[in-house]
Amino acid sequence: MDVERTALPGIGLQHVFTTAKGRRIGTISHRDGRRDLLVYDRVDPDTCVLTVPLTVEEANALAELLGTARIVERLTELHRQVEGLVSAQIPIAAGSPYDGRTLGDAQIRTRTGASIVAVVRDGNVVASPRPDFGFQARDIVVVVGTAEGTAAVGDILATG
Amino acid sequence: MTSQLIELGAIILGLGLLGAVSVRFSISPIPLYLLAGLAFGSGGILPLTTSEEFVSLGAEVGVILLLFTLGLEYTPDELVATLRTSAPIGLADLALNAAPGAIAAVLLGWGPVAAVALAGVTCVTSSGITAKVIGDLGWLGNRETPSVLSVLVFEDLAMAAYLPILTALLAGAGLLGGTLTLLIAAATISVILWVALRHGTVVERFVASPSQEVLLLKVLGLTVLVAGLAEQLQVSAAVGAFLVGIAVSGPLAHDARQLITPLRDLFAAVFFVFFGLHTDPTELPPVVGIAALLAVAGILTKSATGWLAARRAGVARTGRLRAGTALVPRGEFNIVIAGLAVTAGGNSRLGPLAAAYVLILAVAGPLLARAAEPLAQAVRMRRSTAGS
Repeated sequence: MDVERTALPGIGLQHVFTTAKGRRIGTISHRDGRRDLLVYDRVDPDTCVLTVPLTVEEANALAELLGTARIVERLTELHRQVEGLVSAQIPIAAGSPYDGRTLGDAQIRTRTGASIVAVVRDGNVVASPRPDFGFQARDIVVVVGTAEGTAAVGDILATG
Repeated sequence: MTSQLIELGAIILGLGLLGAVSVRFSISPIPLYLLAGLAFGSGGILPLTTSEEFVSLGAEVGVILLLFTLGLEYTPDELVATLRTSAPIGLADLALNAAPGAIAAVLLGWGPVAAVALAGVTCVTSSGITAKVIGDLGWLGNRETPSVLSVLVFEDLAMAAYLPILTALLAGAGLLGGTLTLLIAAATISVILWVALRHGTVVERFVASPSQEVLLLKVLGLTVLVAGLAEQLQVSAAVGAFLVGIAVSGPLAHDARQLITPLRDLFAAVFFVFFGLHTDPTELPPVVGIAALLAVAGILTKSATGWLAARRAGVARTGRLRAGTALVPRGEFNIVIAGLAVTAGGNSRLGPLAAAYVLILAVAGPLLARAAEPLAQAVRMRRSTAGS
């Protein structure tokens, strides 16, 4: 998938791509943080038929909706693709050795072969957290791997 | 004093009411301000007497703020990138659109200085108004829009070079004096531009302040001061302000824009009224014919520019038509140039001519833009029926 990026002098940036079904959609990022959602004509790729102006909050909400849904899809996808792969949701208990330490410190993938795909904090999903992501008590860690791997992750996060 | 306040209050309130009308019909308020100025000016229905002085200083500040906020819109990098990518189409735009004005002035026997001034009047499209029109019509996402915007940026840049030349010519300097003035102008612009491009952060650090009040005063003071110095050096105050605007970018530009925009709206409105005040409405009828011809020529040449620019970006017919109609000149800087020319003692008929030109295009421009898509569709339909 190619995303075309065009500078709009004095306005901001435009990102446009064509979907697999042939629809062109995109966004305009205004300098002040506003976003426009763009939908192009079915026939004429030059003409934008729908422009939906979004405030900063609305754009964030939309991104969150699309992003969250994608994680769930990615998980089901993994289940379907690989027999024997499981996902688990492991809470970080208060008093866990990783409360306050980073994801990188736990070396989950090296030690268990399982991957942390997301962390849920206060109902918000942090997708694909990076190694410098800091755990906190009451985080829920979404992990994907073999049954043994995910169980081992549970042990590590509970006892170190 | 009391009568001054009454007059001033009445002017500003009147402009507010006109602005409301323009918002209601989603048109640019500038032609309405011009009409108001015409009505109250010398030879109008209700000549103003006492607030002249304030209005005239306010008009100067208005031009400075117009150009300053224009410069704020662009970052130095954007300007350099635009210069690099769209120089050919930008030059074509200048050549195509300066020609009608220059030719008309020569045919009328107004002399070479007026030809340069009128070329500027027919050439520039207001980038601010055009960007707003494009947004209002929902065309921001269209594929021809980046090309249209590049043409506008190029015009704005060309104006930074054009205004000092015009100022020098209007000052009536001889060949030697004129060359000297232009050299000083070029040097001044280079210095300001160098500071803007290489040391923009220094300017930003100097101006930045957490207090809105301090920021407003610093920004306004710096802009007007540089503009004044630029004028002292024969560079045209407007260009100085434009370059200060370019030097300020990033988050600071965002804050400055929010603070200055209300001031700009006030003083720019005053400027357009001032221009109208100084145009005698009785001088309009003799130049209406020429203005109409120039308007038709302008629509054609601008459409050609838009068509070329959009074609260069690989856009199909409908988009090319839209690009052309978006570029049709719409007030603002046409008036700024004519205003400069008239106050500096150029041909006095330039003022009425520019006013008539802007008023005609103010009506024709939005109509054309709205007609572009149905027109393109009609052409497409006819072609497809003819083909089948």
